[in-house]
Amino acid sequence: MSASLTGARPAPRLPVRPATALAAVRVRRRRSTGTRLAAAGAVVVVLFAVNVLLGSYTVTVPDFFRILAGADIPGASFIVLENKLPRAVIGVLIGVAFGIAGSVFQTMLRNPLASPDIIGISYGASASAVTAIVLFGAAGAAVSLSALAGALAVAAAIYLVSRRGGVAGYRLILVGIGFAAVLHALVSFLITRTDLRTASEAVLWLGGSLNSSSWDRATVLALALVVLLPAAAVLSRSLQGLELGDDAAAGLGVRVEASRLGLLSTAVALAAVATAAAGPVASVAFLSGPIARRLLGNRPSLAMAALVGAVIVLAADFAAANLVPGISLPVGVVTGALGAPFLLWLLATANRSGQGG
Amino acid sequence: MAVQASALRPGPAAPDRPRRRSSTPRTLAKLVLTAMVLLAFCLASLTIGARSVGVGTMLDAVTAFDPSNGDHAVVLSRVPRTVIGLLVGAALACAGAALQGVARNPLADPGILGINAGASLAVVVGIHLFGLTGASGYIWCAFAGAGTAAVVVYAVASLGREGATPVKLALAGAALAAGLASLTNAVLVSSQETLDAFRFWQVGTLSGRGWDVIGTVAPFLVVGLALTLATGKVLNSLALGDDVARGLGQNVGLARGVTALGVVILCGAATAAAGPIAFVGLVIPHMVRLVVGADYRWILPFSALLGPVLLLGADILGRVVLPPGEVQVGIMTAVVGAPFFIWLVRRRTMAQL
Repeated sequence: MSASLTGARPAPRLPVRPATALAAVRVRRRRSTGTRLAAAGAVVVVLFAVNVLLGSYTVTVPDFFRILAGADIPGASFIVLENKLPRAVIGVLIGVAFGIAGSVFQTMLRNPLASPDIIGISYGASASAVTAIVLFGAAGAAVSLSALAGALAVAAAIYLVSRRGGVAGYRLILVGIGFAAVLHALVSFLITRTDLRTASEAVLWLGGSLNSSSWDRATVLALALVVLLPAAAVLSRSLQGLELGDDAAAGLGVRVEASRLGLLSTAVALAAVATAAAGPVASVAFLSGPIARRLLGNRPSLAMAALVGAVIVLAADFAAANLVPGISLPVGVVTGALGAPFLLWLLATANRSGQGG
Repeated sequence: MAVQASALRPGPAAPDRPRRRSSTPRTLAKLVLTAMVLLAFCLASLTIGARSVGVGTMLDAVTAFDPSNGDHAVVLSRVPRTVIGLLVGAALACAGAALQGVARNPLADPGILGINAGASLAVVVGIHLFGLTGASGYIWCAFAGAGTAAVVVYAVASLGREGATPVKLALAGAALAAGLASLTNAVLVSSQETLDAFRFWQVGTLSGRGWDVIGTVAPFLVVGLALTLATGKVLNSLALGDDVARGLGQNVGLARGVTALGVVILCGAATAAAGPIAFVGLVIPHMVRLVVGADYRWILPFSALLGPVLLLGADILGRVVLPPGEVQVGIMTAVVGAPFFIWLVRRRTMAQL
């Protein structure tokens, strides 16, 4: 399984003087990676601006800056400051969080399918939140809190159960799908056992939505990310080792068990806070990593995954709000429909050896 | 990773090794034992339910049916759901084993590879646009959706220079599943009536299907099972990696294509018959690997026998656990199977893909 899943990188063709040639390749790669990251960042900025300025209520750029500077334009000020801006900010933040969380899981467990939305962690949040909605009639912040608690509890349970001397990645995946199956069954069961109105409320939450965005929520989310993103950046070094397999990582001096626990906790926390803020926005965690990897020529990069995640959420939210006139769909309804064809297209056009994996 | 596990922990892993190397007579004995367990579950499925009948009465009903006897009628009414449980359980487990072999990924199953998502979307569209109702109305929708999704996944994964590699298959499947689920969601959040019909279909159930449904799907299931059970040797060589398989004289592309065809037929027909049941195809092959090792010539037949055991066992429990109602089989499979699966995974050294 392992060798086939990481995908061999294309070996650089070596001319007469290998040392200098390699150095040149490395420099060129670093530069092109930088360019592509900058391009992705620019796309995020453009989409952010599109989300804030355009749509059902259009704001001109000068007006936007005047509002930011404190001018009170009747109507526009409220819509921009209390609705569009926090919504776009939360969109970027959850995109970044889901992108990094998914990419960490996929890289560490060396399986592109092993993102938190497939191996049980998002299901933990969903089951807990749907239980709160269906059995206790919860709404708003109570649902967010129970989602957060559910995700963390299930992640801890998966980790503890798959621990036996040390957590092997393979066992973690299998235990995760076991948990996912039970939690998924629980969600389906609750949805068949409740009245239709509550069921559709639960389905709405399960898709993920930015409708209840507010500055309070954005602040909490931002504070969490201020702690978690630097942690992810620090830990990403050992991630590169773990990607080669536990033995190779240990040989490279990575403390396998400790760094795996650190990475897992960070990724789980990222997925959990994002889910609490907007629901388990479908597929962002799963899609960002593979797309980022292919955009960078088959190299994993947390930064790129974060940007791709933000792009998917922002583009999906804009499409969801404006695609069908008169109907504002929740963002989670569109994320998969938007990200999936792009990944399929990348897969279909991968014509360089090694890119397909 | 198997190598690494035994290298780091030679103590517990080593004694497993000789036992795992399958000797044919012993494995054959296990197969017969499994078949007997399955037979027991079939009989239990005819006996137990909201109105339970005695074992003697059940045997009477099977051997000398008396139309005027009420208990015999109860037994007769449980025959179709038992037959569907048998067929669907075998189909899902075999399809799961073959998919995990083709995609060389422990997470591969009809659910993750987009096949259930295709069926779901087709059924949702059928309900929403054409007002379909009931199992026989959904069946062709589910079939068409599952088939189309599988063909698209395989086609996308086969494009590009290297053909359908395991990673591309897994990614293409999961990506398509994500996209289709989004579209399904879009319909569900905008139409409550569709949600009301769909939420009962999507849990998966064996009840309420008559002989007409069985008659429609049985030919597909039999062909698919025959095709899949024959691919054991092919999957064994694919498990060594594409290059080695090619070196052994295997036509890798053809082998994947034929196996995938069998999987599509099985999943499409099973989902059409009982709705999307996710857990069986994913987990039964892993349980079987713990018993017979990594030889697909054994994994496939064992899966075909153990899949129905899980499905029928879950169905029986679902009939009695929450009286007077029934809990659908798709929910019970996970609730019954997952703890056992997790216990197995924790306990044993894994046979890996």
